[in-house]
Order: sequence, then C-alpha cells, then structure tokens
Amino acid sequence: MVIVGGGVVGAACAYYAARAGLTVTVVERGAVAGGTTGAGEGNLLVSDKEPGPELDLAVLSSARWAELAAEDGLGAAVEYEPKGGLVVAETEEGVAGLAGLAVEQRAAGVDAVEVPAAELTGYEPHLAPDLAGGMFYPQDAQVQPMLAAAHLLRASGAEVRTGVTVTGMLRSGDRVTGVRTDRGDLAAGAVVNAAGTWGGEVAALAGVTVPILPRRGFILVTEPLPPLIRHKVYAAEYVANVASDDEGLESSAVVEGTPAGTILIGASRERVGFDRTLSMAALRRLARQAIRLFPALGDVAAIRAYCGFRPYCPDHLPVIGPDPRAEGLLHACGHEGAGIGLAAATGHLLAQSLTGAPPDLDLHPFRPDRFPEHP
Amino acid sequence: MRDLVVIGAGPAGLAAAVAAATAGLDVALVDAGRRPGGQYYRHHAAETGRLHHDWDAFVRLRGALDRLTYLPGHRVWHVEDGFTVHALTGDRDERPVRIGARALVVATGAHDRSLPFPGWDLPGVLTAGGAQALLKGDRVTAGERIVVAGTGPFLLPVATGLAGAGATIAGVFEANRPYGFARHVARHPDKAREGAGYAALLARHRIPYRTGHAVVAAHGDDRVEAVTVARLDRDWAPVRERVIACDTVAVGHGFTPQLELPLQLGCATRMDADGSLVVAVDVAQRTSVPGVYAAGETTGVGGAQLSLVEGELAGLAVAEAAGGVAPDPAGVQRLLARRRRLRAFAAAMHAAYPVRPGWMDRLRDDTLVCRCEEVTCGRLAEAAELGATGPRSAKLLSRAGMGRCQGRVCGYATAWLTTGVCGRIPGPEDLLGTARRPIAQPVRLRDLAGEPENPRDENHPINPA
Ligand SMILES: Cc1cc2nc3c(=O)[nH]c(=O)nc-3n(C[C@H](O)[C@H](O)[C@H](O)COP(=O)(O)OP(=O)(O)OC[C@H]3O[C@@H](n4cnc5c(N)ncnc54)[C@H](O)[C@@H]3O)c2cc1C
Ligand SMILES: Cc1cc2nc3c(=O)[nH]c(=O)nc-3n(C[C@H](O)[C@H](O)[C@H](O)COP(=O)(O)OP(=O)(O)OC[C@H]3O[C@@H](n4cnc5c(N)ncnc54)[C@H](O)[C@@H]3O)c2cc1C
Repeated sequence: MVIVGGGVVGAACAYYAARAGLTVTVVERGAVAGGTTGAGEGNLLVSDKEPGPELDLAVLSSARWAELAAEDGLGAAVEYEPKGGLVVAETEEGVAGLAGLAVEQRAAGVDAVEVPAAELTGYEPHLAPDLAGGMFYPQDAQVQPMLAAAHLLRASGAEVRTGVTVTGMLRSGDRVTGVRTDRGDLAAGAVVNAAGTWGGEVAALAGVTVPILPRRGFILVTEPLPPLIRHKVYAAEYVANVASDDEGLESSAVVEGTPAGTILIGASRERVGFDRTLSMAALRRLARQAIRLFPALGDVAAIRAYCGFRPYCPDHLPVIGPDPRAEGLLHACGHEGAGIGLAAATGHLLAQSLTGAPPDLDLHPFRPDRFPEHP
Repeated sequence: MRDLVVIGAGPAGLAAAVAAATAGLDVALVDAGRRPGGQYYRHHAAETGRLHHDWDAFVRLRGALDRLTYLPGHRVWHVEDGFTVHALTGDRDERPVRIGARALVVATGAHDRSLPFPGWDLPGVLTAGGAQALLKGDRVTAGERIVVAGTGPFLLPVATGLAGAGATIAGVFEANRPYGFARHVARHPDKAREGAGYAALLARHRIPYRTGHAVVAAHGDDRVEAVTVARLDRDWAPVRERVIACDTVAVGHGFTPQLELPLQLGCATRMDADGSLVVAVDVAQRTSVPGVYAAGETTGVGGAQLSLVEGELAGLAVAEAAGGVAPDPAGVQRLLARRRRLRAFAAAMHAAYPVRPGWMDRLRDDTLVCRCEEVTCGRLAEAAELGATGPRSAKLLSRAGMGRCQGRVCGYATAWLTTGVCGRIPGPEDLLGTARRPIAQPVRLRDLAGEPENPRDENHPINPA
C-alpha cells in the first residue's frame, strides 16, 4: 500500500500496517514530520476531551502509545513521558465543572483524581497559590512529535520517499490502484490519505470531498531552565476552548517542561487560513495565561515562537477508514489539535480495516462520507 | 508616529538616518548597542580613530545625530506591519518600548559565519569578528599567541590589529588561493591603499601569511593549546598537516546577514554570490514590502563603504517618497555609480573567497555543530537518516539551532551538512529555514503579557553627548 503523508499519522499507519504484514511505501512531498507534526506540541491527552467518539479514540490511543513506548528503545527514542496532566480551576464553579466532566470521562475509561486546592502545590510547587482546585489525569503523556513520526517510520521498515509529491490517483474504473507522483507512478493495493491539513486536496485527486480546513496555533518556547514544571498543566476553560466553534482567537495555554529544559506554552486557536504572520494578540494571551498559572514565569524569557495549522473538519472529528465513494482509498486525516495523541489508535484501526480484522472501535462516527456533498 | 524608523546604527543605518533627517523627516534611529557605529565603527569610550579607516566619515555622521532621535540600547525583537517596532531597553530594569513608523530602513548588518571543526568549542577559539569586536570595543587582545584563519580579506585587519595591540600572530591561514583578486583591488585606489597597508603591517610584525591553508583542528584540555594546520587542495581537502602552538584562534568565513526583521515583515530574499541569503532590493533600496527599505550587509555583504552608500541612498529615497526635500540629482548619480563599483568589487571578493565543500571532511562524528543544544555531526547524520531533507527538518529531529543563539552560529553549517547528505548545496529555502525568527531577541513573558494595552513610546530618548 501507499501512504500519502509522512507526518505522525502517516507514520503510525505505516507502523501498524507493516506489523499486519503489508508492504508499505510512504510518499512525503517535504521532509518527514515537516508538516503540522513539526509544529505540534506532543501532548497525548485524554483529559481535554468530552465524552464521545473522540474520547473513545483517545483512550484507545493512550493505551497504544503506552505499548509502543514499552517496545525496545522506542519509548526513549520518541521521548515518551507518562507525566500526567493537571487541570486547574480558578473558581468553585470551575472545580464543580471539572468534577462533573470527570464522572463522565471515568465511564469512558479515564483515570481522574480530584486534587483539592491545598494539595495543588504538592503536584506543582510553583503553581499560583490562589487556585480553587484541580483534577489530575495520570494517563496524559507526552512524546516529541517529530521524533515520534520519524522513529515509527523507521520501526515500520516502510520505504520512505521524501521530496516526492502525489499529483494524482491511478484508477482502474472507479477503483484507486495507486498514485501518480512528480517522480513517476506507484501502483498499490490501497492508498491511504494521511495528508493532514492538505487531506482535502489529496481526496480531491480521487474525486471525493473531505472538508478539511486549517486552524492556526502559536506556541511560545522559553529559554532552557532547571526543572520547574512537572506535569502538563492547564486551566479548566481549555476544554471548552478545544470544542469551540468560535472563529476568533482563543487560547488556553498548556504549560509544560521538556527534556531540553525549555518550557512550552501553547497553543492558541484561530481560523485565519494559512497566514504565518506572528500574532501579537496570540502571544500576549499565551504569556498571560502561563503567568496566571505560574507567576514565576513572568521573569522567564521567550526565545522562540512557531505556528502550525491544525487540520479540522466541521464536526471536529477526524476522518478514518475506507472511502465508499472510491474503492481502494482510505483516509486518516483531520485530527485537528490532537493528531499526535490520536495517531496510534488511528494507525491501529486503519490496519485492522485493511486486513479485515474486527475493529476495536466503531469507525462510523469517523466515516469519510459523513459530510454534506455541497455544504 | 515617526516618518521613519531606522533599525541599526552601523554605517548603513547611520547614513540612512542622517540623510533622511537632513531632508526634513522625523527620524528615530534604534540600535541594540550602547554607542553608534555598528561593527565597523565599533569603538571604545575614549576612541581617537586610530584603529579605524574612514573615521572622519563616522565623526561627521555622529555629529549629525542631534537632527534625529537616537535610541541606543534598544533591542528590537519584532516588527509588525503598519509599522510598529517592538523593542526592549534597559539592563536589569528592562522594559518594552513600541515605536510607530510610516517607513522603515532595516540596517541590522551581519554576524560572523562559523564553520565547525574538531575542537572549535574549546575556550580560546573565537570568531574573527568577535576578536575584532573585543579589540575595537574593549581594547582587549583576545590572547597572546594567536592564530588567525578562515577565508576572506577580513582576516587581514583582524591579524594586523591584534599585532598592533601587542599580540603575537602565529600565522594567518587563508583557505583560498585568491590570485586573481589583486587585479580587482588594483582598480580601487582606496582598497589598494588599504591592502598595501596590511601587507606592510604583516611584514613589520613578521606575520606569516599562507594561502591554501586552514586550521582543521584545535587541541587542548581546558582551553586551546595548539592547532593542526593543513595545506588544502582546491576543494579544501587537507593534504599535509602540522601542529602550531597558540593560546587563541580567531576564525572567520565571511558573514551572515541578519534577516529576522525583514523576514518578519515578509520581505523577499535572494541568494548572494557568497551563498548567503540577503534581502532583495531595487535601485532605491526598496524591499518587496511597500515602505520597507534595507541597506548595508542585510542586502549583501560588501564592507562598510558600500553600507554607507546604500544607507545614504535609502535615506534619500525615503525622504523623497515622503515628500521631503528632493535630493540633488548629481549627488544621487555619484552615489549610484559608487554603489555599482563597490558591488562589483564585493562580487569579485566573493568569487575569490568562496566556502568549499571540503570543510566538511574535517568533522568527526563527535564534533559539535550546535553548541547551544550540544548536537554533534553524528546526530545530524542520524536526523538525515530519519528523514530530514534540510536544516529545518534536521532542526526538528535533532534540536540543532533550537537553543539560545537560535541557529545564528550553527545555521549555515547545518544547512551545508544536512543538504550535503542529499547531494545538494544549500538553496534559498534551506537558508530561509535557518533565518526565520519571529522573536528576534529574547523577551520576558511579563513584557509579552503587557503588550500592547500598555504602550510606551520612547520614554527616555537619549542623545549622545
Ligand atoms: C500549534 C499546534 C500545537 C499542537 N499540539 C498538539 C498536541 O499537543 N497534541 C496533539 O496530539 N496534537 C497537537 N497538534 C495537532 C497535531 O500537530 C496534528 O493533528 C498532527 O500533527 C497531524 O498529523 P498528520 O500526520 O495528520 O499531518 P501532517 O504532520 O501535516 O502530515 C501530513 C503530511 O502530508 C504531506 N503532504 C500533503 N500533501 C501531499 C502530497 N500531495 N504529496 C505528498 N505529501 C503530501 C505534508 O507535506 C505533510 O508532511 C498541534 C497542532 C498545532 C498547530
Ligand atoms: C563582529 C563583527 C566585527 C566586524 N568588524 C569589522 C571590521 O573591523 N572591519 C570591517 O571592515 N568590517 C567588519 N565587520 C564587517 C561589518 O559587518 C561591515 O564592515 C559593516 O559594519 C557593515 O555595516 P552595516 O551598517 O551594514 O552593519 P553593522 O555595522 O553590523 O550594523 C548593524 C547594527 O544593527 C544593530 N542591530 C542588529 N540587530 C538589531 C536588533 N534586532 N535590534 C536593534 N539593533 C540591532 C547592531 O547592534 C549594529 O549596531 C565586522 C562584522 C562583524 C559581525
């Protein structure tokens, strides 16, 4: 089979498909992880998801990532850290909201531990002293997304062709039988569209519509510091933010340390097309929110900022599985702000679908033809 | 709102600011340094100009600073379209400053271009520009027994300057064999005079000058104690080696223009003859972004005289566009002719002193390339194996260029090493990947959080005494 896209999702698809015995070629127009994966933060979160198909996918993925990390050398290579996430609330109402959400999340298989205000500093010594309480999610973990994509690809043994662009589909009647590239044709039993934010364009090459749009995000990176922050920490309003349909600027900063000593603060969410211009408003918000959580960060310098474009669908769910409109074509794209987290389960489910194994999760909510043809 | 903000008070920025202010514009000149002059006219508080060529030109420009608002000690970290210049000023009590402008001249100059070699991270190894800056700015000679190496005519003022200040120069090792270059020098009386001056100084101080030679390794435990110098073939592969004792090594391979601010604004770039990415400008020093001009090394490395001419042309062009005093046509013609000659000279210089791929043969797997993040040559090779196809993707997979200096030191070398494995040499896209810095200078989160509800406009303009 041929996978279009060498981001983390394409890499996970390659890994699980190769494991299932398929021969895989990955075609990537740029470099491995050079797309949105190269702009991601690497949070593998279950905590930020409301009950529903995405949470189910996240819980499955969290277990798959833990398995991957346990494989020989892979965990260290991708900098997997099961550090846990701490969600904090500023008000009693916020604490009650967290508690209510946790009840539903637990029913979906999520571990959530209530943390009273007095115990917050036991988790994070530098946290602002005036917070009302929080919830700790031990399953939240972290990988370095670029390394994750690269090492999954390496472990898959797939042939990886960088610098090659898919420009069309090979057809036999209605069936997709391979891809046309700027370096020649590649025949394949199946073609997987793992082109992330550009998944709509690749789908269009096969004559089908998959509505994927960019949602911009900025991340701030500080100078390297001695360890200051132990977990992933963010404010309760983040959950509402992730699910929002608002076009304007939103942000709720997840603050966390990295093995390199830098602190990542991200990310903002805006629908502004593919505009890379630095948004002062976005940086200001991120900085304010980070200082609100950790006042000591006020004196820390940001040395870098970068942005990327999350691939999102109108209903904020990814597109995973075979396309009934074009036999031989499968999709694995549109994971918005959670593609790194959801990659493992996505690859796993796609491999099951390719080999005819019974799926661990119903793919119906993620089906590619769920959108109106002419929205 | 100023008519014009000039960023950088080196030869180019000074000339631009003074020309525009003299034509009647309201100009602010912003610079990170404490004193005006940039790299070329870097000077000590009690400077007499003894170490400088063309000191008179600088004294004239400095004397005209009272026609404008000069803001030293202001680090610009971002420029927004429209234009808003975001700067930081003060040491311990640093505070943010925002300056509005109708037009901009970017004259941020260049920094040293470094190529790694085994031992280059030892204390005592520094850049040629760094050694020169210590001498000019602090009157400090970097060491007692110094080896100067790399490529380019810039090695000569560095070696002779250090020798004049009392250091022993164990040798100047020029990697190229620039035989044809003398012909171009002969056509420029002032360059010829300058060259003859260096030759006389080399002779007076008995400094050995060897072309076709390079420092291929530095040795020492806590600091450098000796270097291996090799004779090179045409492609810079070493053919014969010897060891020379020294306590300091100053290495220079040309300069890399500082493009972060023009790139933030979206200015178009091009590749220059020395393989550097530079801002593309038209005959009036206009960039592709309306209202943004660039002058000096940001538009191509060519020395201080060219920077002065370009700066003046940019300042005059801004003034004319703003409806200020129209410049004297004969004067402009003279400047244009001078720019043409100096650019031709710069092109000949770049052709005579290229960087050859053989420098990469000196590296071992454990040679550091990115010092900030301690990324070795071996790790870069691994990044290429993992699917990196150039410096941007190699950075993501190896962290090279992610540290404090943000790739200013290692970016050029990383671009060569990561494209080399793909059988290419660095192209514009590769260099763009190492030159983009949306945050050009470290900025505290507190100051970011204060943007921009709390605007402060140049609270304490400081004019030089
Ligand atoms: C600021 C920011 C922060 C984020 N933080 C997180 C986080 O903490 N956790 C998380 O889980 N997710 C996060 N995300 C989201 C995550 O980065 C994405 O969901 C994920 O990277 C998508 O991976 P992908 O493989 O689908 O896409 P990509 O990584 O974009 O890969 C698609 C690839 O397809 C290639 N391609 C496209 N068209 C063609 C073609 N015609 N031919 C050949 N190749 C083609 C592209 O070059 C690209 O490399 C974040 C995103 C952003 C922007
Ligand atoms: C370290 C060093 C030493 C050099 N020494 C010599 C020498 O002795 N002789 C010689 O012929 N050539 C020297 N050069 C080459 C030199 O670049 C040119 O000769 C000449 O100075 C170029 O003039 P310019 O105006 O284009 O830039 P520069 O002289 O480099 O001036 C640029 C100015 O912009 C300022 N600046 C840059 N970024 C920012 C920012 N973000 N915010 C605020 N201010 C900023 C800098 O502080 C600097 O003052 C040196 C170069 C370097 C890097």
